[in-house]
Parts: sequence; C-alpha cells; structure tokens
Amino acid sequence: MSYRFDFGAVLDRAPELLWASLGTLGLALAGMLLALVIGILGVVARTSKSEIARTPVIVFVEVVRNTPFLVQIFFIYFALPLMGIRLNPTVTAIMALGINGGAYAIEIIRGGVESVSRGQIEAGFALGLHKADVFRLIVLKPALRAIYPSLTSQFIMLTLTTSVCTSIAAYELTSAAQRIESDTFRSFEVYFMVTAIYLVISTMMMGLFALISRHYFNYPTR
Amino acid sequence: MGPIGEDELFFLMQGLKWTVLLAIVGFIGGGIFGILIALLRTSKKKVTRTITAGYIGIFQGTPLLMQLFVVYYGVALLGVEVNAWIAVAIAFTLHASAFLGEIWRGSIEAVPKGQTEAANALGLHYGSRMKDVILPQALKISLPATIGFLVQLIKGTSLAALVGFIELTRVGQIISNQTYRPLLVFGIVGAIYFIICWPLSHVGSGLEKRMAKAAR
Repeated sequence: MSYRFDFGAVLDRAPELLWASLGTLGLALAGMLLALVIGILGVVARTSKSEIARTPVIVFVEVVRNTPFLVQIFFIYFALPLMGIRLNPTVTAIMALGINGGAYAIEIIRGGVESVSRGQIEAGFALGLHKADVFRLIVLKPALRAIYPSLTSQFIMLTLTTSVCTSIAAYELTSAAQRIESDTFRSFEVYFMVTAIYLVISTMMMGLFALISRHYFNYPTR
Repeated sequence: MGPIGEDELFFLMQGLKWTVLLAIVGFIGGGIFGILIALLRTSKKKVTRTITAGYIGIFQGTPLLMQLFVVYYGVALLGVEVNAWIAVAIAFTLHASAFLGEIWRGSIEAVPKGQTEAANALGLHYGSRMKDVILPQALKISLPATIGFLVQLIKGTSLAALVGFIELTRVGQIISNQTYRPLLVFGIVGAIYFIICWPLSHVGSGLEKRMAKAAR
C-alpha cells in the first residue's frame, strides 16, 4: 500500500497553529499560577493546628490525585453553570488545570517546608536574626530549592495536560489540530506536527527551568 | 432528565471492564518493553543509551492524548486492518514502556556499585548478573514509583474516550448526554476511578515511607 504524506495541507495552517501554541502557553501559565496559589494556601491550611482546616485539604488532595483530569474537567464544566457561573471554555479550563495542579503542588510544597530542620531555624534566632530574616534566608530559600525540581516537572506535566482541555473546546493547540484535521482529513500529519510542537514547548520549558535553577540555587549546601 | 437506573449502572460496569483491561494490557506490555528499555538505557554502548534516552524523552515531553492520536492514525496508515482496541492498546503499551523504562533505569542505577563488582568478581556473565543480582534489588527500589505510575496509567486510559474508544469515561459521556445528569454521572464515574486508584496510591506511599525509614 502506498500512502502519500501531505504535510503541505497542514503547513498552510501554520499561523493558526502558532496562535494556538500561544493559547496553550497562556493556558499553562495561568494554570501554573492558580496551582501555585492553591498550593500555598493549601499548605497553610494543611499544616495548621486546627483539624477543621486540615481535613478538607487532605480530602481535596486525595480526590484530585486519584481521579482522571478528563473527568474533573467535565465535572467542573457542568457544575459551574448549575452554580450560576457562566465562564467561557478557556477560563473553565484554567480553573480545572489550577485545581488539578494545585492538589499536586500542595503535596510538593508541604514536603519542602517540612524538609527545613528545626535546628536551623533555632540557630537563626540564636544569631540574632529577625523573624522575617529567618523566614526569608533560612526557611524560604532552602525550601524553594528543595521543591524546585518536583514543582517544575509538575508544571511541565500541567503544560502537557492542557491538551485534554480540547474536550471542552478551550482555545489551545489540540483543539486547533482537531479543527485542521476535520478540514483537511490529514489526521496523521496534523497530529504528528502538533506532537512535535508540544515537544518543542516542553523542551524549551525544561531548558528555561534548568537555567533559572542554575542561576538562583547555585550555592553549596554544606 | 432521565433516571440513573440498573441499565445505566450495567453500562458503566461494561465501560469499567474495558478501562481495567486497557490498564492491565498497557501495564504488562509496557512492563515487558520497559525492562528492555531500562536495560538498553543502562548498557555500556553509547548508541543504545542515546536512542533509548530519545525514546523516553519523546514520550515524557509530549501529551498522552497526542501519542494516542498519532499511534491511532499511524497504525491505520500501515495498511493493516486493526480495530480501535488494538490501536489504543499499542499506544498505551508504548507510553507505559517509556515511563516504566525511565523509572527502572533509575532503580537499576540506585543499586550500589559494589553489587555489580561482586557479581563480576564471582564470574557471573551479564544475563545472570542482571537477572539474579541487580534486577531483584532494583525491582524493590522501584516499587513505589511503579505503583505510582500504574495509578497514572489507569487515570490516563480515560483519554481513550477522546478517540472514541468505549471505556468508563466514554460511557459516562454517553449516559450524561442521554439523561442530562452530568454531575451525577461524572460523580459516579469519578468515584469508580477513586475506588480503584486510592488503595493503590495508599500502598505506594506506604511503601515509600517504609523504605525511607529503613534507609535512614
């Protein structure tokens, strides 16, 4: 059998793919920010002394981490209108990404905060540092350094997960691919090229994260 | 709005059957190829290391949904008449082989160097050294991450719904469209996934904690 590949039909739609790539990046960036906010707030509640604050966070984390993102996004997509909230699909997708990423961020950040040893904090006070300085120099930076690898690889996962947002027709790369597919019938070519674009995006993000890490966390631990 | 009755629940169980089958096939197929990938990735030859690193990088750097689409339409181009089930199973097998290969590479490298040296000193050849000395220890080290990936894989099978494969999530979509009760239906579907995944996650993190304590 001889199938003739026709990437030209897809290349004609390059501008559309470019814009959709920006859509994917925007979705990913907004999702990361929301995930970070949920992560920080969640850790504050998760490490608090009151059980009423801790329990909902534990339940939230377990539920989100043990159900598929696709089911979550459908649930949110249908739940919001019932609560009288009308959002466009892209904003709904950002909420779903943020909620999903937030659950993972809570666990990652909690691990980092707990990794700072009590003795270091006491040593900081013994040296006469202010509370703010102890937090900034002794707690925050080492904790950031400890969570950085897990958090950034989680961010890359989140970026790849944005492709699932095509299921509610959010503006991003995969939905553009499906649009081009239905126009050109060049299924394999479209998805092959879009997969390559995702690979470029995730590789660039990895490079950027590594660069930031080398710049900010480049100091000896011992 | 329609009711969610016995018929709907039966239909959901049918979907669940395909979800579980798909996860099992992906995990076993991915496991077999994954060991191969892990061994090639840790071999002495630079060529095989580079190729397998590229293979892993591609699967870890692209969305699972795109991998499904590319394999689904790619298999069709090969001219062989295959049904959706086979195409999707191939996609999950390839996906799982890359992730399990990377997890197991890490655990093979985590086995102390002295073990390899001792096996060499005893005159064991490569096959025996791997099978009898390194891999059993690596398997133990990899257990928490392997179970963690199994949970990822089970959740990932839901994406097969987007290529039209009838499994749990797709059944949920169909019932939701028929009954106009999306929250109830996706609530039930989510609960079913949770019942399967949560115990696994629990076992995985329990093992991880135990091993961390033992290492201290």
